[in-house]
Amino acid sequence: MDNLVFRAGGWLVLAALAFMAMALAADGGFAVHMGIITIACLIVLWVTVSKADYGAIARGIIKSPADPGIYDDEPIRWGVIATLFWGMAGFAVGLYIALQLAFPVLNLGLEYTTFGRLRPLHTSAVIFAFGGNALIATSFYIVQRTCRARLAFPGLARFVFWGYQLFIVLAATGYLLGVTQSKEYAEPEWYVDLWLTIVWVSYAVVFIGTIVKRSEPHIYVANWFFLAFILTVAMLHLVNGLAMPVSLLGAKSYSAFAGVQDALTQWWYGHNAVGFFLTAGFLGMMYYFVPKQAERPVYSYRLSIIHFWSLIFLYIWAGPHHLHYTALPDWAQTLGMVFSVILWMPSWGGMINGLMTLNGAWEKIRTDPIIRMMVIALAFYGMSTFEGPMMSIKAVNSLSHYTDWTIGHVHSGALGWNGMITFAALYYLVPRLWGRQRLYSLRMVNWHFWLATFGIVLYAASMWVAGIMQGLMWREYGADGYLVYSFSEVVSAMLPMYLIRALGGLMYLAGAAIMVYNVWMTVLGKLREEKAMTETPHNEAADKPIVAQPAE
Amino acid sequence: MSTFTQKHKKLERNITLLSVFSLIAVVIGGIVEIAPLFWIDNTVEKVEGVRPYTPLELAGRNIYIREGCYTCHSQMVRPFRDEVERYGHYSLAAESMYDHPFQWGSKRTGPDLARVGGRYSDEWHVQHLKDPRSVVPESIMPPYAFLAEKDLKAGDMSAHLKAMSRVGVPYTKEAIEAANEDLAAQADAEASTTDLLARYPKAQARDFDGNPDRLTEMDALVAYLQMIGTLVDFEKGEAQEQPR
Amino acid sequence: MNYEALRHFADSWGLLFMALLWIGFALWTFRPGARRHHDDAAQMIFRENEKGRTDINGEQNNG
Repeated sequence: MDNLVFRAGGWLVLAALAFMAMALAADGGFAVHMGIITIACLIVLWVTVSKADYGAIARGIIKSPADPGIYDDEPIRWGVIATLFWGMAGFAVGLYIALQLAFPVLNLGLEYTTFGRLRPLHTSAVIFAFGGNALIATSFYIVQRTCRARLAFPGLARFVFWGYQLFIVLAATGYLLGVTQSKEYAEPEWYVDLWLTIVWVSYAVVFIGTIVKRSEPHIYVANWFFLAFILTVAMLHLVNGLAMPVSLLGAKSYSAFAGVQDALTQWWYGHNAVGFFLTAGFLGMMYYFVPKQAERPVYSYRLSIIHFWSLIFLYIWAGPHHLHYTALPDWAQTLGMVFSVILWMPSWGGMINGLMTLNGAWEKIRTDPIIRMMVIALAFYGMSTFEGPMMSIKAVNSLSHYTDWTIGHVHSGALGWNGMITFAALYYLVPRLWGRQRLYSLRMVNWHFWLATFGIVLYAASMWVAGIMQGLMWREYGADGYLVYSFSEVVSAMLPMYLIRALGGLMYLAGAAIMVYNVWMTVLGKLREEKAMTETPHNEAADKPIVAQPAE
Repeated sequence: MSTFTQKHKKLERNITLLSVFSLIAVVIGGIVEIAPLFWIDNTVEKVEGVRPYTPLELAGRNIYIREGCYTCHSQMVRPFRDEVERYGHYSLAAESMYDHPFQWGSKRTGPDLARVGGRYSDEWHVQHLKDPRSVVPESIMPPYAFLAEKDLKAGDMSAHLKAMSRVGVPYTKEAIEAANEDLAAQADAEASTTDLLARYPKAQARDFDGNPDRLTEMDALVAYLQMIGTLVDFEKGEAQEQPR
Repeated sequence: MNYEALRHFADSWGLLFMALLWIGFALWTFRPGARRHHDDAAQMIFRENEKGRTDINGEQNNG
């Protein structure tokens, strides 16, 4: 009882402190954020003192299976739902800002709905809310299975989940209110950064704690990738977030670095947010779910080790390719370019390792839409890790930089690789986490696959055209020796591409909506009566290369 | 060979070692690339004319950041013929040496702004920000009419300048103390600007938004836009004009 | 230590050192003696169900 009073008192004190900070805030954004924190503290206080068993109520809401199982899967079930929720939100905002570029009237004339404020909302929602929740959930799932140990510190794991959601809410509301550090993919202000640091350290403690108490001697390679992802993101976040707040009761801060140094620190962060958040972490997923779904071990475990060390060592150097031909010293640009090109090799090593895992089970591409999603994810991983090194070559970059080509490149990686491997992992997880016999519908997975794939193709193709067109029009000289196009003429030439891009985004969003329905039906325990994916049974004898016949 | 194998297994089975080696692998690249930028002196070559922002410019810059202008506008002219002819002299490292944070940007949905200062009139900027398509029909920029309706609440500018000086911007003690007065003086066509100009050479002082009765966010943002890229006199510094 | 000296080192010994380190590392991973160990590690994710349950119960009894 004393313990309960103590804990409730603590939450009350925190709520009161946050309320005071709200009242004394130097600016509106900070006041709103302190209000959100006050409400969060009061909710926790209510849950602490109330007699009701909120754990049981929560399990009822998400229909958790009655058998708790040998592993601690409750935070993972929540993570799956959060991934889908934030994914839909992030994709929808993405579609909206894509339409804003085609129809500027959609900015609505309100300060909260301008492209400038919604764009960070979109990038953070898809990278950190959708991707981050997927990474936390799958890493917790994989680390338990591969270590054959229950999650260490179950309370802390739940704190990681809810603390991370609070971080997302603070970041998202901040963008709408104009609270931003303007560092791409690291926009949240100093106090939200501090909160994320606490959550991230807790995440590391739970993950490493589970590895420490494992009963399997070997640490499976997926965990290496997750470990490098967690540690490196912590390092990047801490260094790039260094800032001097104007007041402890205000949102505004000034970056610790300026100009050239700030630019390189930011792109060292920005590029490795891609390298470690969107690559290493998702490769961790790949190295577990692809072998599991294909029911065969990874093609070469040794290659995966080389892949790991080469990738994490090389990725860190590639940041300066975001600053080609800027005021950054030339040697740093060249170094960034060289390492970006070398990075192509481990990336393709990883892709080949994933694809070749299907060696001997290729017929599954025909019969199993989840495998098909994994294959297309790896194909897009390979495509964007070829495109990236190519764009980092200074001559190419002089054309592609500042154009929509970059946007297309990012999306072929994000939609193709991160999105597809996440969808595949979730389709794998949901029946297992909820103890269902199978997914509600495999045919819906197929629909999702094709909608998403065509969406990405439209997106990437339109942005290639738009980007190369921009780059060429900006630098086009006429016979008279003058620039041919004014900037505004180039803007208006983009409209058809922006419309095609929006259509691609709509298809991707539609596919994700089908997934939400399919997952929800699976959670409810329903099974859709449907035709099998293929009517032609697999013929082992015929599954061999055609041997050329000699001519008559 | 067998001891080798033992060592290898140790790494794969020891979470501490794995963490330490992973960290070493990821730290090297950052140290080699970033650390020298802080002590190799030719990273930022000193250029005459570059000075810290005035309080009003800084307030305007904070609005520029708040509205996410960097998501569509770069502030970094690359040393290419077409960019130099379209935008102006290519950007020098020293020009952003007091930019906490930098605003080089990564995308040109709209044009580069590194040399926008003095290129258009105040009236053009105000009209363009309020309704971009009324002056550039092809524009897809969001309208920012609300800036003209909102009083500039920059907060205590002394505190802002103090935070900037803590991260290395050479604001004098007097400049920090006089920050709020300097902000008011720069936006007021009537006020005396002797002190302001002594502290911030080339500072432009006037009513920027066409509404002398009020000090709005529009005043601050236009004041910032009108000074971007104007501090260095490229006509004078011949030596810097050597192509790389 | 100035830019020229660092650049010279990076273009010569630094480059050689990193290349050799990588080659050594790759050879080490592919040494013949480790094949069994790696094949075992690759198969490990398929063993979870039968082994997992007993291990976890045992651990819970201890704790």
